[in-house]
Amino acid sequence: MAGAIWVHGETTADGSLARISTEVATLARSLADASGSELVGIVVAADPAQAAGELSKFVPQVLAVTEPATEDHAAGTIVGERLAALVGRDQPAYLFTGAGPEGRDVAGVVSALTGWGVLVNATGVSWNDGPVVEMSVFGGKLTTTSRFTGEEGIVTVRPNVVTAEPAASAGTVEASEAPGDLTLPQVKVVDRVEEAGAAAPIEEARIVVAGGRGVGGEAGFKVVEELAEALGGAVGATRAAVDAGWIPYAQQIGQTGKIVKPQLYLALGISGAIQHKVGMQTAETIVAVNRDPDAPIAEFADLVVIGDLFEIAPALLAELRARPGSG
Amino acid sequence: MRIVVLVKPVPDPAAGSERLGADFRLDRAASPAVVNANDEYALEAALKLVEEHGGEVTVLSMAGSAAPETIRKALAMGAAAGMHVADASLAGSDVVSTTRVLAAALRGLEADLIFAGADTSDGGAGLVPAGVAALLRLPYLSYAAKIEPDPSAGRVKVHRISATGFDVLEAPMPAVIACTQALGAPRYPSLKGIMAARSKSVENASFDGIRAAVGDAAIGGEASATTVVAAEPPPPRAATRVIREAPDEAARQVVAFLAERRII
Repeated sequence: MAGAIWVHGETTADGSLARISTEVATLARSLADASGSELVGIVVAADPAQAAGELSKFVPQVLAVTEPATEDHAAGTIVGERLAALVGRDQPAYLFTGAGPEGRDVAGVVSALTGWGVLVNATGVSWNDGPVVEMSVFGGKLTTTSRFTGEEGIVTVRPNVVTAEPAASAGTVEASEAPGDLTLPQVKVVDRVEEAGAAAPIEEARIVVAGGRGVGGEAGFKVVEELAEALGGAVGATRAAVDAGWIPYAQQIGQTGKIVKPQLYLALGISGAIQHKVGMQTAETIVAVNRDPDAPIAEFADLVVIGDLFEIAPALLAELRARPGSG
Repeated sequence: MRIVVLVKPVPDPAAGSERLGADFRLDRAASPAVVNANDEYALEAALKLVEEHGGEVTVLSMAGSAAPETIRKALAMGAAAGMHVADASLAGSDVVSTTRVLAAALRGLEADLIFAGADTSDGGAGLVPAGVAALLRLPYLSYAAKIEPDPSAGRVKVHRISATGFDVLEAPMPAVIACTQALGAPRYPSLKGIMAARSKSVENASFDGIRAAVGDAAIGGEASATTVVAAEPPPPRAATRVIREAPDEAARQVVAFLAERRII
């Protein structure tokens, strides 16, 4: 039997389990089932109870590690050091975490402290005598399949790779303590600032409505926002729109922004340059509205509407609102 | 204030000619190399800070033989000096090896702050800055949207992008900071900068020294804990359907399409 598979349960600001962790846990469970491996969830937080309880719906056993220092310190280094100590003690084979900012901080620290290799940004994982990890590289031009050379390692998983599904029966939560002291320098959080209108993380959204240069300005984003609201989705943007100050950087999709994989990507006034394409091309369905029939996005979208987005978007909004059951 | 910026030469994503070699390693000869985009934001932030507080910026690259050209671009933007870590055995290094080598190289440099891009456009891992900080036992401040050092107090404040806004982090210097585009657009090298870069030094780090500083831990491509076993283009998307009807009719067709795919 292979060694245990561990799932790192990320917590959100209010102490609940991050959505990405429900997906990672679902994926890891399928691998544990395929390999006959033990499956364990780990939550390290100032108050891990809630997130650990939620994670136990997905995996048979959860270790809840209370770590007061994460209350007012940057969590990544602290959680990473605790996880590395637990890995040293319990000797699992693989650790799975999300490929978002929190998971990356943790994975980077665990990798450095344990010397474990990392397969990153998984878009699919199967099992064949160890995890077999697919990832999309070079702006989506290639899908690579990778493995660990040894029998241990860390996998970071992108959002929306699987649909989260609780296990048939809920697991147990057990309080645990990591051995040793925290020795890495801790970074104090002196303030947590909520920004007005900060939307749900776009990486996790099922539907993303995004605007580019063609939206024309801050006022133009109103229609993008309205469409997102009507579809129950999140608002995204290209770098050009962010650089112009029309929308915050947190909404940027692409090479130096976020990578999203929603069920629907609705692109308004977006030409589809490579730097943007890399952030959204794995969306299941891509619909674009663009004036230019020769825009690059017309080559990889599923559906392209050629025309003026300021005429088409309102018509689309009206059509969506007229649907039975809407609004 | 001395700031070291980790700069990675990556295949130019805009050229679109990236490919893997027969060994599934990146074929660095297939594409022109550019400074990784997030590293440019890190460099720009570093240059602005030394303009304000005094000091100088050094760039550090672990990369193959094309690196000096990319380092030269960073020097043209305003960095004072470059250091290049290279050895044939480092080709194919994974995250673990890269982290160890960069941490070892940094031990030999004096720095009040170490900046790196939040991730790279080729590997895309986004793990090395956190790992380097852990190995050097320095404070790690990630996803920076704003960096405010106070050299006289020996402390630095960073706005770290969070899911709902930002966290204000504070740590003593030296510290490692992972940088994002939110820090501001990088400058273009001026003609003067390009001329000046010609006379600036790009030092080759002693690989023996690095090897000794890493200690017993394994580094290099041979030690990689991960391996690519296959690479294929993704399955092609279905042909694009184009709608050119008037807005109302176009909207009706889009909604029908979404309903057909059970998206709405």
